[in-house]
Amino acid sequence: MLTVLAPGPLTTVQDRGRPGRAGIGVGRSGAADRASAALANRLVGNDPGAAVLEVTLGGLAVRADADLLVVTTGARCPGSPVHAAPGPLRAGTTLGLGTPAAGLRTYLAVRGGIAVDPVLGSRSTDVLSGLGPAPLRAGDRLPVGQAAFPPPGVDLAPVPDPPGGEVTVRLLPGPRGDWLTPAAREALGTAAWTVTAESNRVGLRLAGPRLGRAVTAELPSEGLLRGALQVPPSGQPVLFLADAPVTGGYPVAGYVADDDVDRCAQLRPGQTLRLRR
Amino acid sequence: MRVLPSGSTALLVELPGLDDVLGLYAALQEDRPPGVVDLVPAARTVLVVTDPAVTTLDAVEAAVRRTRPRPGRAAAGDLVELPVAYDGEDLGDVAAHLGVDPGEVVRRHTGTEWTVAFSGFAPGFGYLTPAGGGWDLPRRAAPRTRVPAGSVALAGGFTGVYPRASPGGWQLVGRTDVAVFDLARDPAALLRPGVRVRFTPC
Repeated sequence: MLTVLAPGPLTTVQDRGRPGRAGIGVGRSGAADRASAALANRLVGNDPGAAVLEVTLGGLAVRADADLLVVTTGARCPGSPVHAAPGPLRAGTTLGLGTPAAGLRTYLAVRGGIAVDPVLGSRSTDVLSGLGPAPLRAGDRLPVGQAAFPPPGVDLAPVPDPPGGEVTVRLLPGPRGDWLTPAAREALGTAAWTVTAESNRVGLRLAGPRLGRAVTAELPSEGLLRGALQVPPSGQPVLFLADAPVTGGYPVAGYVADDDVDRCAQLRPGQTLRLRR
Repeated sequence: MRVLPSGSTALLVELPGLDDVLGLYAALQEDRPPGVVDLVPAARTVLVVTDPAVTTLDAVEAAVRRTRPRPGRAAAGDLVELPVAYDGEDLGDVAAHLGVDPGEVVRRHTGTEWTVAFSGFAPGFGYLTPAGGGWDLPRRAAPRTRVPAGSVALAGGFTGVYPRASPGGWQLVGRTDVAVFDLARDPAALLRPGVRVRFTPC
């Protein structure tokens, strides 16, 4: 068991989500930075499908109720002696995460995985649909499961911390790129986009030049995925993340390459995002 | 059929209309090309989501183009009956919009076989299309901040049932006690694409 002493601004349970259910209106959800969550599981010998804690902007404090092997990945928080370096959390001791200097989401994996009851095959909290366990609250007690593999015996995973400042990701074509004016299409791939405070697990609202539409007809809703760059009437694009809706009624003008979406999930309000074709 | 790009892991297949969507969706659902992990039908499109570790977008596009859509809606799935109390707040407005009296709205709504075309908006929310037409209704000018669970509603040629209380802009004509989305049930969603629906007055 792991007891939550303080959840910080937002901590949720996440795994690889609920793929394959979009046909009934259930989005995929899952860890926003999949690569960091997967690394955390590997470092403690968990099954890749094990659930971890996704900590937003630090602030989580948990107490171990038995000897546990734990690791944190993603945004590096002061107070974690186990960042990218798995180590014990002894029974009765506390792990308290400070606020990261850069990056937004920290993943805490416990050997054996967070074993709360799954909902539709996943333990992920989907903040858009409300499926999955509620965000953590002080006093919650989280069961820990059985590990799949022996611990890998790795001392340290040498991965770079999420950067502050400007981040550049790959821009790929979306289905409705031609709904933008040529100038807007150009701007999407050249402008400096600022991540606004109205951003969450559903998506990042980006601020920059207003993207004008060449086609102003109404678009019947159509399927979309994380990475989609949707252009609402405001002309300010939304970059969808893990809890994206399954369909949307505004044109998707481009996509961030799937592997690069993880890095977008580490962006904090005020950071600059560049999309490169 | 037009195949449009959707990033590194998916393709958006655009079709002439809803019947074509239902036919292609049914065929792909029945015989999924390798590496296809999800299918998202919508009004005019099917999003085909792939696992790039298993397949390539080119291979999936070729497989989709080879797929023969299932013809017609008669081949669609189970028939579900939903008892409805037709006491919705907007029944009068709907009747006025269609130029009939409220009783005729109920007769038409219950006399029509509906088919779940696709989902969206919320888990278990199906967009149901009528056999025939005649249901082109606008959304409410101002959406409601809270529509009760089980509300039966109409907008834009579709009818639907709100799976849980949520904001909503559709015209409310009644309510049903049947849970259209229930996590304790397998499958959780009653109104899956292809399912046929009859509303009955209660």
